[in-house]
Amino acid sequence: MSAATLFGLCAAALIGIGLYGLIVNPHPLRKILAFNVIGSGVFILFGAIARRGAAAGIGGDPVPQALLITGIVVAFSATALAVALLLRLFEETGSVTLASDAPDKTQPGTDDA
Amino acid sequence: MLTTPGGILLVLAVLVPFVGVLVGLVLGGRHAQRVAAVTLLAGLAIVGGAATTLLQSGDTVVYLLGGWAPPLGIALRADSLSVGMMLAVAVVVCGIGLYARSDFGNAAGAPEARASFTYWLLLLAVWGSLNLVFVSGDLFTLYVALELLTFSGVPLVCLDGRGETLRAALRYLLFALAGSLLYLLGAVLLYGAYGTLDIALLAERIRPEPVAWTVSALMTVGLLAKTALFPLHLWLPPAHAGAPAAASAVLSALVIKGSWFLVVRLWFDVMPGVVTLSAAQLLAGLGAAAIVVGSVVALRQERLKLLVAYSTIAQIGYLFLMFPLAFDAAGSTLVHGPALTGGLLQAVSHATAKAAMFMAAGLIYAALGHDRIADLAGVARAMPITVLTFALAGLALMGVVPSGAYLAKKLLLDAADSSGQWGWTMVLQGGAVFTAGYVVLVLAHALRRPPGPVPPVKPVSRLSEFAALALAVCSLLLAFAALPLPGKLISNPLAPAELGATLLVFLGGAALALGLSRRSLLAPGRAAAGGPLRRVAVTVGVAFEQADQEIRRWPSATLGLLALAALFGWLLAAH
Repeated sequence: MSAATLFGLCAAALIGIGLYGLIVNPHPLRKILAFNVIGSGVFILFGAIARRGAAAGIGGDPVPQALLITGIVVAFSATALAVALLLRLFEETGSVTLASDAPDKTQPGTDDA
Repeated sequence: MLTTPGGILLVLAVLVPFVGVLVGLVLGGRHAQRVAAVTLLAGLAIVGGAATTLLQSGDTVVYLLGGWAPPLGIALRADSLSVGMMLAVAVVVCGIGLYARSDFGNAAGAPEARASFTYWLLLLAVWGSLNLVFVSGDLFTLYVALELLTFSGVPLVCLDGRGETLRAALRYLLFALAGSLLYLLGAVLLYGAYGTLDIALLAERIRPEPVAWTVSALMTVGLLAKTALFPLHLWLPPAHAGAPAAASAVLSALVIKGSWFLVVRLWFDVMPGVVTLSAAQLLAGLGAAAIVVGSVVALRQERLKLLVAYSTIAQIGYLFLMFPLAFDAAGSTLVHGPALTGGLLQAVSHATAKAAMFMAAGLIYAALGHDRIADLAGVARAMPITVLTFALAGLALMGVVPSGAYLAKKLLLDAADSSGQWGWTMVLQGGAVFTAGYVVLVLAHALRRPPGPVPPVKPVSRLSEFAALALAVCSLLLAFAALPLPGKLISNPLAPAELGATLLVFLGGAALALGLSRRSLLAPGRAAAGGPLRRVAVTVGVAFEQADQEIRRWPSATLGLLALAALFGWLLAAH
């Protein structure tokens, strides 16, 4: 088995684990982590593809590596935004559930409009 | 391939809004609105320039970044599709900008507000990202554009910082991220198989084989999650209904069009020979389901903004009806033709009409301090312009002559005729009845005489009212903008056949509203009025509501995402 294939299988496993986590975990922070696990899987796959494209004395195809860096930056910003929203949600409501019928911290009787 | 004359306009169309964001950020809250106003005007001029360039040359406008041609470099391309969408978005953004002056304007001497500062910058960011989506020539730039669009759309949901809206924003962000990962995975696999992500080069190299089927399924479903096509709409109702009206208008009219446009690009320009008729029929089938479920649940809503949000879900369904109708006679390749033009017109007319509708709902909320549909009696007398706006936007969505939706329906019906796909004719004709249902419901309540004296309303900005009205009128007269199209597509709106059809649509809509609405329309005082027919209808309505709630749970929606991907893959491979 070549290194590229091994990395490809590893990527598939990471994506699978991440998807499982994304579906079954109700906690938003775990969903954010699951998103990052899937992201890592996709990035490893891209790395393996870059390696497979090695030619002309270069160790790997440089285009996927450039795209990879951009992808990581995008995933990082997404994570930062999600965590910021989560922290703000906790400050406002005192809980982090995503269920739409969860009660707010505002006292009954006070007008929240 | 070289940069064409006027290609620089494409760069400017993307760059100018983002420069506006940065300048606004540096100058601070007091100047954000002014910066936005200048940027909106400049952007409008640039998009107008790009449209003129395209009309004069009649060919795709291209700009090569740094002078490097693909596959080494990155190209920006604008064909008639992109320029049409850019023009529509520019008009709607300017309309929304006028409307938002009263909500998010900085009054002289007032302390600077964070919400208004954020709003203007995000409005510009949404615009810039959308322009990037329309002109990008390669799938990775499109990925970045799509993420920018999501990142600028999500904070719009929670501008007021209430817990409920933060929750809606987080749900939206997480589900959209799941969708974008599927898209990115598809892009990675495409690069691995074909060694390029440039749309024009990919279209030449791609073959119907397992990797292309997988990629097409993954990318399509990822984009559907971001567009909120039924059954992947879990995030849309709370997000669009909870946001301030000026933000809802942006989200509902514009943001979802970005990912929709990308599906169109993918199917028509990247893999027209890979996708199959059966997969397109699945896409349109989901659209038809969205129309029925979205409209019925909209009729069951108590609050006006939620009703408009569910109507968006139904209207998203319409946008996907064109896919099976755009296949060539042999049913093997997607072609640019009348059906695609129809789909594009539908998107533009929905963008203008839905923005107007959300604005009208926001004005009613601002004036009354609530938006309970059952308590709207007397509104038509207190704010006639706003109710007229809602009615005109509703007519435009229904596809009454000479609205853009009418022309779109005509084009799609012709396409259905010529390709012999009779089933979709029924959906196209019947969909208007569902739209009429919730428009009639709202108007019936708004036009009713109030039991006591007309309730006092807070005065609202005239400018906002007229901005909303202008967008509604735009949508209603859109067919005239498309006059150069061949054939006699616009018939006399007062001809007996047209009047009859409109009347039928209204009667059907009224019947739906009578049967399904939460409060009985005829006797608003009594909760449980009506005969056995009404009881049956209410049972059906409640069943739809419960089904919608089940589908909108996180596990079922994410499983639905994967199941749909598998189904698309199978339909593509089984050809």
